[in-house]
Amino acid sequence: MKDVHLLTEPFNPGQLVGPFTNAHPGLGGVCTFVGEVRGGEGVEALELIHYERLTLPGMEALADEALERFDLMGVLIAHRVGEMHPGEPIVLVSAAARHRRAAIQAVDFAMDHLKSDAWFWKREKRGGEWHWIDPRPEDHADLARWDR
Amino acid sequence: MAVKLVFLGRLADLAGAPEREVAGPLDWTGLVESFQGELGEWLAGERIKVAVNGTVLADKTSLTANEGDEVALLPPVSGG
Repeated sequence: MKDVHLLTEPFNPGQLVGPFTNAHPGLGGVCTFVGEVRGGEGVEALELIHYERLTLPGMEALADEALERFDLMGVLIAHRVGEMHPGEPIVLVSAAARHRRAAIQAVDFAMDHLKSDAWFWKREKRGGEWHWIDPRPEDHADLARWDR
Repeated sequence: MAVKLVFLGRLADLAGAPEREVAGPLDWTGLVESFQGELGEWLAGERIKVAVNGTVLADKTSLTANEGDEVALLPPVSGG
């Protein structure tokens, strides 16, 4: 099962993970990662921009790739856009599998691609001013681990 | 009908608007040369990708956009 959401409003990860887990009777494990807006560091708000024609189709393709690449029963990907504040969830990836390693690796794979190979643009508000965030070299190195 | 340019991320700030309509037909050289300043420098650089009607071009210099097409200018991405 593939479950992909592009969300414009705050969300509760548990409300997505619960039904996703229940939809896979017989699973051996579920691995879930939730990314939130980090507090501290003077960040007052975060804004994520998307492009209608690419962002959701790209997330769907990423979910398909995870299903093809790992031995999964299902994958759930949810990503926020719009303005967010510290403590709010930005991203959720959950994978259900018969065995744990496939689920853990699929979440790692999907997160590395969402960070630096998905159609999102991110800016932070610090001291009342917005600053665009460039991907870090580590993000590209993380992504390169999955080349084959 | 014109060619619709869509500026994503910081390019929208530099362009002063998220979208702009220009006359077609349009090729990549013509598009880059029509912008000055910091926006022109970004567009001339290596880091910009281009999509036409929702399809990312493997080679942006092959761009040929006609009236009614939507051309998206895509700076480096950053999600999660």
